[in-house]
Amino acid sequence: MSDHKATPVGGRLMTPTTRVLLFVFMVGAALTVWRFAVGLGPATGLNDGYPWGLWIAFDVVTGTALACGGYAMALLVYIFNKGRYHPLVRPALLTSALGYSVAAVGIIIDVGRPWYIWKIPLKVGSWNLDSALLEVALCVMAYVMVLWIELSPAFLEKWRESGHTGLANFSRGLSKFMDKALIWFIALGLLLPTMHQSSLGSVIMLAGPRLHALWHTPWLPFLYLVSCISMGYAMVVMESTLSSRAFGRQREDRMLASLSGATSFTLFLFVVVRFVDLFLRGRGPLLISEGYYSVMFWLETVLFLAPAVMLAGSRGTARIGNMFRAAMMIVLAGSLYRFDSYLVAFNPGPGWSYFPSVSETVITLGLVAMEIMVFIMLVRSFPILSGTSPMAAHRK
Amino acid sequence: MDRTRRSFLKGMAFAGTTAAVGAVPAVADEKRRAPDDAVGMLYDTTRCIGCKACVVACHEANDLPPDDRGDGLYDAPQSLNDRTKNIIKLYREEGRRSYMKQQCMHCIDPACVGACMIGALRKREYGIVTWDSGRCIGCRYCQVACPYNVPKFEWEEANPRIIKCELCNHRLAEGKEPACCEVCPREAVIYGKYDELLAEAKKRLADNPGRYVDKIFGEYDGGGTQVLYLSHVPFEKLGLPELGEEPVPELNRTIQHGIYKGMIAPAALYVVMGAVMLRNRRTGSGDEGGES
Amino acid sequence: MDRISDNPPSSLSALETKIGRRKFLKIITAAAASIGLSSSAAVKIVEAATQGLKPSVIWLHFQECTGCTESLLRTSHPELAELILDLISLDYHETLSAAAGHQVEKSLHDAMEANKGKYVLIVEGSIPEKDGGIYCKIAGKTALDLLNEVAADAGAVIALGSCASFGGIAASGPNPTGATGVPMILKDKTVVTIPGCPANPYNLLGVVLQYVALGTLPALDEKGRPMFAYARVIHEDCPRRPHFDAGRFVQQFGDEDHRLGHCLYKMGCKGPATHANCSIKHFCEVPGAWPIGIGHPCVGCTEKELAFQVPIHTTVDIERPTPPDTYPPIHAEHRGPGPVATAVGGAVVGVALGAAWRQSKKLDAEAPDSTEKKEE
Repeated sequence: MSDHKATPVGGRLMTPTTRVLLFVFMVGAALTVWRFAVGLGPATGLNDGYPWGLWIAFDVVTGTALACGGYAMALLVYIFNKGRYHPLVRPALLTSALGYSVAAVGIIIDVGRPWYIWKIPLKVGSWNLDSALLEVALCVMAYVMVLWIELSPAFLEKWRESGHTGLANFSRGLSKFMDKALIWFIALGLLLPTMHQSSLGSVIMLAGPRLHALWHTPWLPFLYLVSCISMGYAMVVMESTLSSRAFGRQREDRMLASLSGATSFTLFLFVVVRFVDLFLRGRGPLLISEGYYSVMFWLETVLFLAPAVMLAGSRGTARIGNMFRAAMMIVLAGSLYRFDSYLVAFNPGPGWSYFPSVSETVITLGLVAMEIMVFIMLVRSFPILSGTSPMAAHRK
Repeated sequence: MDRTRRSFLKGMAFAGTTAAVGAVPAVADEKRRAPDDAVGMLYDTTRCIGCKACVVACHEANDLPPDDRGDGLYDAPQSLNDRTKNIIKLYREEGRRSYMKQQCMHCIDPACVGACMIGALRKREYGIVTWDSGRCIGCRYCQVACPYNVPKFEWEEANPRIIKCELCNHRLAEGKEPACCEVCPREAVIYGKYDELLAEAKKRLADNPGRYVDKIFGEYDGGGTQVLYLSHVPFEKLGLPELGEEPVPELNRTIQHGIYKGMIAPAALYVVMGAVMLRNRRTGSGDEGGES
Repeated sequence: MDRISDNPPSSLSALETKIGRRKFLKIITAAAASIGLSSSAAVKIVEAATQGLKPSVIWLHFQECTGCTESLLRTSHPELAELILDLISLDYHETLSAAAGHQVEKSLHDAMEANKGKYVLIVEGSIPEKDGGIYCKIAGKTALDLLNEVAADAGAVIALGSCASFGGIAASGPNPTGATGVPMILKDKTVVTIPGCPANPYNLLGVVLQYVALGTLPALDEKGRPMFAYARVIHEDCPRRPHFDAGRFVQQFGDEDHRLGHCLYKMGCKGPATHANCSIKHFCEVPGAWPIGIGHPCVGCTEKELAFQVPIHTTVDIERPTPPDTYPPIHAEHRGPGPVATAVGGAVVGVALGAAWRQSKKLDAEAPDSTEKKEE
């Protein structure tokens, strides 16, 4: 661990990159204000046939899955006891915390009456336990908090050294408590995603009759869970590689390469379960008979299988570019699976169509921009990334 | 849909929630029947003349603004929407034609109610599915869930509501019928107790062989609906979905309740994971350990 | 024709036609029924009339064309004018009066004195307010003063016609005389307005009959118009309504649709926003004698916001839209994505994928293995 001690990257907070990101975020924020003034109809492409669109399918369903790096790494490090991956945990947790926070903001923008959201956690007596969405909502709310708590040692480490004595003392006291309590938060941080990532599959399962038979299966929760873990690993690969390049850090290629075995396994598992389930329920013929839907299904399958094969052998993982491409494909595969099950395979009947409006897309871009911007600012200020060269800090 | 009980069990198996398995058959076998005080409507396509008196009456009774967003001349909605709780549509094909009245089906086991997080949509007295403004956060999951595409959202409002037929429950409270049934000049849609309507529908089928498709839509469909349909053209031509007899939210309920029964499984998982981590910390990791 | 000055008010009869009591009762019953009064009310009216308890009426003319009086006198039902004039004691009416000058002024003052607080004031024409109201004077008094003076002791005030109701054509832009209607001047008095250009005489008859029989005024809307005549819009009872519902519109005067009697909405018909009973109670009892009946769009003469304000051929919003005579299909088409949105969405996905791909290529270019130790 001493080799991989996390340190702040340092450097200026405002760079040309963050300025551009800030600008995109501001445009998105302005459009968000407009969306709350005029309602969802004029601001989005949503309609009574497709009441959920880009914000749910991407910001929430795909976004939280992409933010499963923290979950996947914690699973590996703490449950499967692979301590050598430890340096990857903190950045993964930060990506997850930001991803889930963005998802939470996305939900607030998407729902029609966000001023009643407080009722979900507090009106316990009104909870509808049949509702998978209720479980998702509660878990996501809790998990956002848990993620920031899991990440808190990074902040406390910095503040302990702070010149401000009050903050330093507070941080030292809290650090002691966190040393003992953190393990239970980590356990919660493993339990909650297990629950709600699978429940995201249950949520769309209720659309039963209107969800295409190739996607509708009682195994949806399982498939969502497995694919989110794959996506989590893939995001760790991409995030680690990109941050190495951006901040001139040591790369973690070998560590990443050894991750790929697990990723490959989850990818194969996903595809196998999916096909076995389809054939057991006699839906095999749909694989060729459904035209557009069949094509989408096969596209997903190829996107899942290709990286699984690429990562399976040791040759594939020898080159970081290859690994990066595989990770990219996994992200694409998982995202496509989620977009398909929430939008493409969801068919409310003839006559309805949906495509995200310009403002919808820009608001989502604004959220992503904010996410990246905050990530850059936090890793520059707090000990999150490991293996940073002090000299490299001046590069950007 | 070929969802069988076996498939639920399969679905449950992955979660390793053996505790819940015992409960499954009970949930699946329990026939969800209409409440004892259930009321409903019976619409008969052979009697409807498409006069749209019900559409006008619905607007007045429910204080809905006319939907003149088309050319500004008519109250001319194309589908149920935020200003339309009841609509008459027309099916016309190869010389056959039929009107179709669309409104909330008031399912016996509604998908929207199963979806709704804190019970904004609930089956209340007389089995009427109603919407409670104070509990709705506008997530629109009800719209995703409803197989009939009934709940509608006020897309153009900054403080939007869900709009759907509530069987004129404010009029029922005054001892009146739903407005659409009251004004119908040919009793094409009638209001009554659910059991009586079902009996009446069966009687019409028996008395008029060949007049109708030999089925009452809503008797079993999607677990049954309190609004029943008789038709002289196939129901799917009228836009009614083929749902099977199992209630739409049944699969979800089985899985949700299976996994989360008494929160036993999650609690167990939590404890096990905590224990594993504690052990790992004590014994030290195989390769390299450390605090986060 | 000098009766107004010669005879005491109670014996006034405009045309002096002798009709028997039975016929009189019959006419009144029919008239009462036509405006919604019961037959017992008709009996009361006849009793009141035969006992000579006829209400005194003072009829003032201001800025107007006298069209309302003309249309009243030209009702084709022979007895209508008599009826009105027999039922009431018309003590002052500038058009019908044979007398002139001081004589007629005296009868005005006599009537006001004799029936203080009981007489009915009917106003025809708008009142100019600008420059102290100097633009309309009768017997040296401005219309404004005259109205205030006579209205002060009136039992009921009726503004007949659009001019008296809200200013009418005289009040349309630029309104050089500052013309306005009676309710705008008599702000704290109940004024029954019977707008129309001209006003339908039957609506006046209804108000007067009720006042005579029951001593009450009919229910009024927020603009002082009797509900029995002005509660609904013309569109609701229009004989051309089926054509509107079926979407059959006149596109241009004299076209095929016009000849077939189709709906005049697109020619600027104000029927959908105009409260009046023209479509049910035609003028002068001549069937079809009303604008839409003769193929001209309604100009909205009973509406302050429309008459002489909105151009005749400008279309209006539908006040109470109802379903058309068409049906949506089972699966209607709904709005789809715009091309810009599609382009933007595609561009975003394309840029993201492209950037990621380039990134991976850059990684290929870097040294494959030693990077772990490499420091930049």
